[in-house]
Amino acid sequence: MTTVQTQPRPAQPSQRANTLRLLAFPLMAALLLLVMVASTAFGAAEIEPRIVAQSVTQFDDTNTSHLVIRNLRMPRAVTAALVGAALAVAGAVMQGLTRNPLADSGLLGIEAGAALAVMVAVLYLGVNSLSSFALFAFVGAGVSGAAVYAIGSVGRGGPTPIKLTIAGAALGTMLASITSLLAIMHPLSYDQVRFWMAGSVAGREMELIAQGAVYILIGLVLAILLGRQITTLSLGDDIARSLGLNVLWVKLLSALAVVVLAGTSVSLAGPIGFVGLVAPHAVRFFTGPDYRWVIPYGALLGAIFMVVADVVSRVVMRPMELPVGLMTAAIGGPIFIYLVRAKVKR
Amino acid sequence: MNTFLAEKLSLAYTSERIIDGLDLEIPVGQVTALVGPNGCGKSTLLRGLARLLKPQGGSVLLDGAAIHSLPTKQLAREIGILPQSPVAPEGLTVRELVAQGRYPHQHWFQQWSSEDEQALQHALQLTKLQPLAERGVDTLSGGQRQRAWIAMTLAQETNTILLDEPTTFLDLAHQIEVLDLVHNLNQQGKTIILVLHDLNHAARCAHHIVALHNGQVVAQGTPHEVIVPDVVQRVFGVESHIMRNPVTGQPMCLPVKLAG
Repeated sequence: MTTVQTQPRPAQPSQRANTLRLLAFPLMAALLLLVMVASTAFGAAEIEPRIVAQSVTQFDDTNTSHLVIRNLRMPRAVTAALVGAALAVAGAVMQGLTRNPLADSGLLGIEAGAALAVMVAVLYLGVNSLSSFALFAFVGAGVSGAAVYAIGSVGRGGPTPIKLTIAGAALGTMLASITSLLAIMHPLSYDQVRFWMAGSVAGREMELIAQGAVYILIGLVLAILLGRQITTLSLGDDIARSLGLNVLWVKLLSALAVVVLAGTSVSLAGPIGFVGLVAPHAVRFFTGPDYRWVIPYGALLGAIFMVVADVVSRVVMRPMELPVGLMTAAIGGPIFIYLVRAKVKR
Repeated sequence: MNTFLAEKLSLAYTSERIIDGLDLEIPVGQVTALVGPNGCGKSTLLRGLARLLKPQGGSVLLDGAAIHSLPTKQLAREIGILPQSPVAPEGLTVRELVAQGRYPHQHWFQQWSSEDEQALQHALQLTKLQPLAERGVDTLSGGQRQRAWIAMTLAQETNTILLDEPTTFLDLAHQIEVLDLVHNLNQQGKTIILVLHDLNHAARCAHHIVALHNGQVVAQGTPHEVIVPDVVQRVFGVESHIMRNPVTGQPMCLPVKLAG
C-alpha cells in the first residue's frame, strides 16, 4: 500500500454535516425536475404520459394535447418554479437583513404595495392586460419597499430590525385596507383582478415569463453573491460593522435583490404567501443559519414547493382550479406550524 | 499601532450631545477601563472609538489617521469591538460564530484558508471553548456565550480590542473568568479598552482607569490615582472608604452612603 503525502486540507468554517449539505443539492435539483415534469402531465384534461413525452420529442402543432402541454402547462411549470425560487430567496434575504425570522415579502408590505398598484391601475387607468399588471406590480413593490425602508430609518440607530418590521407591518396593513376599500367601492372592476389577487401561475405568456425570468435570475445571482455578507450582517449591525462589513452597501444591495425578486414574482403570479417563510426555515434544518447555503437551497425548495402547490391546486377539485395562492397557504400554514413546534421541542 | 487617541471628540445619537470635545489618549499595550455612572457616556465613547458612531466633531486618530476615513475592512484588522449583549442567530454554532471573526481577512471568492483555521483554533483555545465548538450559541450559559463572542473578536486578530461591559449579567465565577482572560490577552501584547461597572473589577484588571461624568473625563491614571474618595464622590455621588486589597495590593472601594 502506498501512502500519498497530501497537505492537510483546512476544514470548512463549519463541521456541520457537510456531506448532507452537498448531497442535498443534486437530490433537490432532481426532485425539482421531477415535479416540473409531473406538473406538465396533470391538469384539467387528462393527457397520457406517452403523449407528454411525444410533445417534446415529436412536437406536432396540429395535436391539441401537444399544444396544451407546450403552450399552457410547460410555461405554467416554469412560472411556478421561478416564482417559488424568487419568493423563497426574497424571504431568506429579508430574514437575514431584518434579523427577524418571520420576515417575508408579505410581512414587510412589499406584496401589499404591488397589489394596490395593480388595483389602482385597473380601476383608474383602465389597464387590463396581464403584462401591464406586471409593470405596476413591480413599481408598487419597489415604492412600498423603499417607503418601508425610509420610515424604518427614521430616528435613533437608523433602520433597525424592529423598526423595519413595524414599518412594514403598518404600511402593509394600511395598503391592504386601501386595496379592500377600492374593491368594495368598485365591485365590477374588482372581478377583473380577483383571480390575480389570489395568486395564480396559469396563462402567462412565454414573453412575459422570459422577461420575468431575466429579472429573477439577476435577483438570485445577486442574493447568492451576498450570502456571506448577509450571514455576517445577521449578527447585528454593530458586529458586522466592527468586522469591516460595509453595512449600508450590503443592506442596499440586499434590499434591491428583494424588491427585484418579490416585485417580479408578484407581477408574474400575484401575491403569494408562505413560500418565503416556509422554504428558508425548512432548509435551515440541514444547512444551519449560514446564508451561503440557505439562499441556494431555499431557492430550490421554494421552486419545488410552488410547483407542487400548483399541481395540487389543479387536482384537488378537478375540473375546477383553485388559485395557487390559496394552496401555498393551505399547505404552507401547517408545515410552518410544524417547523416552529419542532424548533421549540429541540 | 503606536498611538490611539481621541481629539476634541464630540458624539451624539440625535441632537443631544453625549460627549462634547473630549480629549483622551489610550496607552498602547495596556488595559484601560472606562468607568462612570449610568448615562455618563462611557459606552458612547467606546462606540465612538470603534467608529460605530460617527463623530459630530473632532476625531479618533489611530497612528495619526482619522479612523472614519480609513477603509472599514482595514480598520477591522486593527480594532475589534464587542458591543453589549449581542445576540446570535438561532442555530449558529460556536465554531461558525468564531469563524465570522475572520471576515476582515477574507475576500469575495476566497476559500477558508489554513491561517483562518489557525486563528479560529487559537481563539477557541484562549477562551477554552474547544469542547463546545459544535454547540449552538443559543444553547450555552451566559458565561460561555460571552466567551464565544470574545473568541469571535479574538479570531479577528486585532492589536486593539474594545469590550463593552463584558462582565455584566455574569455570575461571580464567570466575571473572574472574563477578567482573567482580559489579563491574559494583555500579556500577549494586546491593547484593551473596556467599559466596566464595578470599580473593584477595574482596579483588578486595568493599568489605566478613565472616570467619566456627564461626558467629561473627571480623572484618569493608575487605579491608585483614580480610586480615591474625592473622585468616587464626584463621579458616582457616593461617599466611600478606600482600602488596600490584601491580595493584589490595588485599591478597593467600599461604598458607604450617598453623598449628601
